[in-house]
Amino acid sequence: MQDVRDALYVGQRSDGTLTRRPMSPHLQVYRFRLSMFLSIANRAAGVAAAGGSALGLCWISAAAKGPKSFSKVQKVTGNPLGQMLLAGWALALVYHFVAGIRHLVWDSGYRFSKKEINEDGPVAVGVTVGTTLALVAGILGVAICRSRKKAS
Amino acid sequence: MSNPKKPHITVMRSQLSRARGLGSGQAGVGHWWAERASAVALVPLSGWFVIQVFRLAGASQPEVAKWGARPLNTTMMLSLVILTFYHTQLGLQVIIDDYVHGKAHLPAGLLMKGIVFLLGLFGTVSVLKLALAGSSRGRIAAG
Repeated sequence: MQDVRDALYVGQRSDGTLTRRPMSPHLQVYRFRLSMFLSIANRAAGVAAAGGSALGLCWISAAAKGPKSFSKVQKVTGNPLGQMLLAGWALALVYHFVAGIRHLVWDSGYRFSKKEINEDGPVAVGVTVGTTLALVAGILGVAICRSRKKAS
Repeated sequence: MSNPKKPHITVMRSQLSRARGLGSGQAGVGHWWAERASAVALVPLSGWFVIQVFRLAGASQPEVAKWGARPLNTTMMLSLVILTFYHTQLGLQVIIDDYVHGKAHLPAGLLMKGIVFLLGLFGTVSVLKLALAGSSRGRIAAG
């Protein structure tokens, strides 16, 4: 034993003899890979999507409360800052959705080799960015068209 | 350390778990399946919700109220809200299990579950209020 920490890494084989348990190096030792970013990004996106959903409750509760509360929410959704927040929520939801589908595929035993995971990573990024942009542009476009129709 | 003549399998498992003949088979399995099942259910519900957002983008409160009073929309919204916050609670519990250690682990999990439960209940009550208030207003107008 070269280090006192090694004492914590002593394990037992099934026949009872002692062995050194494998040690995992610190995160910064590894070369950066897209998979490691996509993995932690899925967790972060899940938290962001949950936070956004909590804020999304303001919309449905304001609609339930009445026109006065609803106009307050519309001020937020009409504001560029509020719209950026909504776009961020959409991005988090879309990525968590895409990464979740990948997890379900892996759980079924498909696309789980190193090669396949490295192939699918960039595709997941592309699908996420494309879907989010299409959704945000589409929803914003419909909202603008509808409010113009009402004004005229 | 080890005797090369004696046959052994190099796996990191205690003799007790080998004697039981089982791996980990505690609450984790149910949690894992619940996370997957709610995720699968949320796939079509999310697709439905995206369509509704396109239908409601830029809508006024009476329009949203009329939409929310339809039984099908109420059913789908209730499923979406309940499953979203159920899935949220499952996911956040995994994060707490990973990063919060020692005495803080149990209170952190309970606090998180309490907050997410209240949020889910708030969403459920809002959807129900929208559904029921809309129909009663219609009745008053008709009577």
